[in-house]
Amino acid sequence: MELFKPEYGLVFWMFLAFACLYFILAKWAWPFIIKSMEERADLIDKGVAYAQEAKAHLDNAKAEANQVIAEARKQQADILRDAAKMKSTLIEEAKAAAAEEAKKVTEAAQVAIDQARKESEKQLRREVSAFALQIAEQVVRQNMANDNAQRALVEKLLNEVETKN
Amino acid sequence: MKKVITAILAFVVVALMAFGYWDAMKHREHIGEKPFDPKETIFEHLGDAYGWEVPFNHNMRIPLPIIVVDDQNSLHCFLSSNVAHGASHDGFYIAQSGDHKGKVVGTDANGKEYRPLDFSITKNAAGIFISAILVVLMVMSIRNWYKKHQMKAPRKFTAALEMIVEFVYHDTIRPIMGKEAPKYGPYLLTCFFFILTMNLLGLIVIFPGGANLTGNLAVTMVLAVATFLVTNLTGNKEYWKEIFWPDVPVALKLPLMPVIEIFGIFTKPIALMIRLFANMMGGHMVVIVFVSLIFIFGGLFGVAVGAATSVFSLAFSLFMLLLDTLVSFIQAYVFTILSTMFIFMAHPQHHGAEHEQITE
Repeated sequence: MELFKPEYGLVFWMFLAFACLYFILAKWAWPFIIKSMEERADLIDKGVAYAQEAKAHLDNAKAEANQVIAEARKQQADILRDAAKMKSTLIEEAKAAAAEEAKKVTEAAQVAIDQARKESEKQLRREVSAFALQIAEQVVRQNMANDNAQRALVEKLLNEVETKN
Repeated sequence: MKKVITAILAFVVVALMAFGYWDAMKHREHIGEKPFDPKETIFEHLGDAYGWEVPFNHNMRIPLPIIVVDDQNSLHCFLSSNVAHGASHDGFYIAQSGDHKGKVVGTDANGKEYRPLDFSITKNAAGIFISAILVVLMVMSIRNWYKKHQMKAPRKFTAALEMIVEFVYHDTIRPIMGKEAPKYGPYLLTCFFFILTMNLLGLIVIFPGGANLTGNLAVTMVLAVATFLVTNLTGNKEYWKEIFWPDVPVALKLPLMPVIEIFGIFTKPIALMIRLFANMMGGHMVVIVFVSLIFIFGGLFGVAVGAATSVFSLAFSLFMLLLDTLVSFIQAYVFTILSTMFIFMAHPQHHGAEHEQITE
């Protein structure tokens, strides 16, 4: 049957067409197309990798920013705590200083009071002795007979006055 | 509403098909044409011809050049329209019967019919050229896109072509061949695109389609021989060693294994050749047989039965043509993937160093 017998003329033309086709495409088309497609695939891969990296960077940046903020908060808290501490110390110190000052003032006042009292005691003694002498004078003028006895009596009276005070 | 419109449309189409057949049969009876011969019609459509049919006209054909070398070794070129309808030109005519039926023949000095060396651009040869030009145009369109746009993704038809290249090269050839893919990729891709174009052109019934290209043994034979040559000319030492001295017990080495292996060298491309040929020719044949059924039944049982058959036959033909579209792609792919396997198996890599050398 004709259908199952390869026709040599057709074989010849087919071979020629196929050889030309292969020559043209293998020389000018396929290597370039394959190369271009692979380059583009590489470019896309790189783009994806770059995008992923960029996203990772962005995520990191967020985390870093959060960290910085947290640190700043911590520092702020520290500073506030330090300030509070300093405030209370200052107050304590001021209180202590004031107390000391007050103590000094009190002591000085005490000394002054003591001195004044001693002074007044001396004054009083002098005045009392003067009174006594006047009294004694009166007594002596009335009773000069028993001088010694009179004097002892006066002394005794004076002592009594002193102890009373 | 839609269903009603669809039903009316379907009825009109069916009625037109039946009426067309009815009218054609009446016309045929009127002019007294010879009865329908299915075998002749089928083989005429599957085979080669010196002219290209045009639709709706049995007498006019697109003329193609006939190139013959006669027994005096002189070259004759003329258009096929010169020998149409039994006419003769320069002593050449188309044989109506005998061994060379349908071929251009001449008469020698003794008055005996002989066949000259026939290198005519027949319908199939012209179809091959048209396919080759289409493939060049298609592939160059991808190349030009990359030349112009570099890294931009192609659009429209170029994108569809690129998808096929991607499917064949990056998803099939490269996973199989690995490092060797860039070396054999161009051959395999050319095979794939050429076969696919020829397959699909064969399914289009009017010019420039309609030539049963891949359903012709001469065409598939050239393709198979090309794969055979690539496989065996690039085969390395390991490949030939496995053929002549395989790693089997000595008792098998001679003569059984070499005989089987040498036989295998030839059966592989022959299988390629027959597979493509049979698949494509079978598809075309089924479609023609379905159409012929109309005329066979029409002739046997009358015009009415033929008209009724036309509806079913055309429905089945349509189905077969759709199936053939799928088969066109599958067969082109199968040819390519098997060629890839055969070529790859001719480069066994038992030793790493040797492999490096080959890919270099």
